[in-house]
Amino acid sequence: MNMNATLIGQAIWFALFVFFCMKFVWPPISRALDERKQKIAEGLSAADRAERDLELAQEKATANLKEAKEKAAEIIDQANRRANQIVEEAKDAARTEGERLVAKAHSEIDQEVNQAREQLRKEVAALALSGAEKVLAGEVNQDAHKQMLEQLAAEL
Amino acid sequence: MAGSSPGEYIKHHLGNLTYGKLPEGYVRECDGRDTVTLTETTWTFACNGNEAKDMGFAAFHVDSLAWSGGLGIIMCLMFWLVARKATAGVPSGFVNFIETIIEFIDTQVRDSFHGKSKLVAPLSLVIFCWVFLMNLMDLIPVDVVPATFSWIMTSFFGWTAQEAYFKIVPTTDPNITLSMSFCVMLLVIFFTIKAKGVGGFIGTLALHPFEASNPVVKVLLIPVNLLLETIGLLAKPVSLGLRLFGNMYAGEFVFILLAAMMGTWQFIGAWPWAVFHILVITLQAFIFMVLTIVYLSMAVEDH
Repeated sequence: MNMNATLIGQAIWFALFVFFCMKFVWPPISRALDERKQKIAEGLSAADRAERDLELAQEKATANLKEAKEKAAEIIDQANRRANQIVEEAKDAARTEGERLVAKAHSEIDQEVNQAREQLRKEVAALALSGAEKVLAGEVNQDAHKQMLEQLAAEL
Repeated sequence: MAGSSPGEYIKHHLGNLTYGKLPEGYVRECDGRDTVTLTETTWTFACNGNEAKDMGFAAFHVDSLAWSGGLGIIMCLMFWLVARKATAGVPSGFVNFIETIIEFIDTQVRDSFHGKSKLVAPLSLVIFCWVFLMNLMDLIPVDVVPATFSWIMTSFFGWTAQEAYFKIVPTTDPNITLSMSFCVMLLVIFFTIKAKGVGGFIGTLALHPFEASNPVVKVLLIPVNLLLETIGLLAKPVSLGLRLFGNMYAGEFVFILLAAMMGTWQFIGAWPWAVFHILVITLQAFIFMVLTIVYLSMAVEDH
């Protein structure tokens, strides 16, 4: 248990090690730890922000989807209306066309009937005339009765 | 193994390898050698306890200094390696381990020391880790290293087995622990002067614990205060150093006794004590560090 210069030697070791740690060990490690703490804090706040962003984006997406659905419904509605309209128009057109064709046919028929009636009348007149001619023979003066015959023919 | 009787065995295990100055005309009486009278002042290794004592202050405990210095250098190297690799990224195995220690020390310092200082945290780190490593040498079976040393010295350097003292636990040497605790005391004085000025430092010694508003009584109380506070100031490092020394010495002594009783069986017999001693080792290193922080904190704070 002798007290001796070991005291001084140990004090020198002690001072050396403390100095070394103070200069070269503590500052870099302490700085790294602080930096890491900051980094982690930043990371956590970034995660929070990202979560909020995600929520916002989801909300936005839902809104967009809703809008798109509405638009699509509107478009379908419009298309339906348009289709109905087109069908109606086509029906109208078909009806008018049909009516027109019917009218045309009617007028043609009328025309032909008239033509036929005219021809018939002419033939009857001619027939009547030739018959009357044969019946009356020489009694009737063709020229004197012509006017009366024509009048007859017109009445047929 | 030096000495055949348990008494000699224990005595030999408690001696340090001492290198020091022997005065002119000193008569060396070493076992197994001729008696020599020195013709001039000589620096040499002490060959027994008496010589080590006669060397007085001009002597070094080579084993204590070598082990404490070696362990300190290993510690600093490990720290330095980690400090070079320290980044804000993800730490790997060993770096993680050292960072845990550093964070632990940092918490202790922040909790107890409320001033601002770049010194206190690294100081605490060195005290805790270094004292822990020095204490840890206690767990190496007591005979392993000294017997190896003894074998080397007797085989290659012509020493006798009695001369080959070797203690591998620096903290069982009061020189080591008291040296550290008195360094702490110097720091306490330095911190006090830095925080309160020279006048403030003298004030803490002279004007407490007995205070008076009357100037005459104040002056009368100064000697009493000085006496009490000086004793208090010196009691701190003495108790700090002797506590560590006492605990480690006692622990080492039990190991030596077990070894003396059991011989080779000590490897089994000392095991329970070693397990228990792990607690003492860590606790004493921690106490030394915490008290250092507390003393320094008291130095910079107002009472």
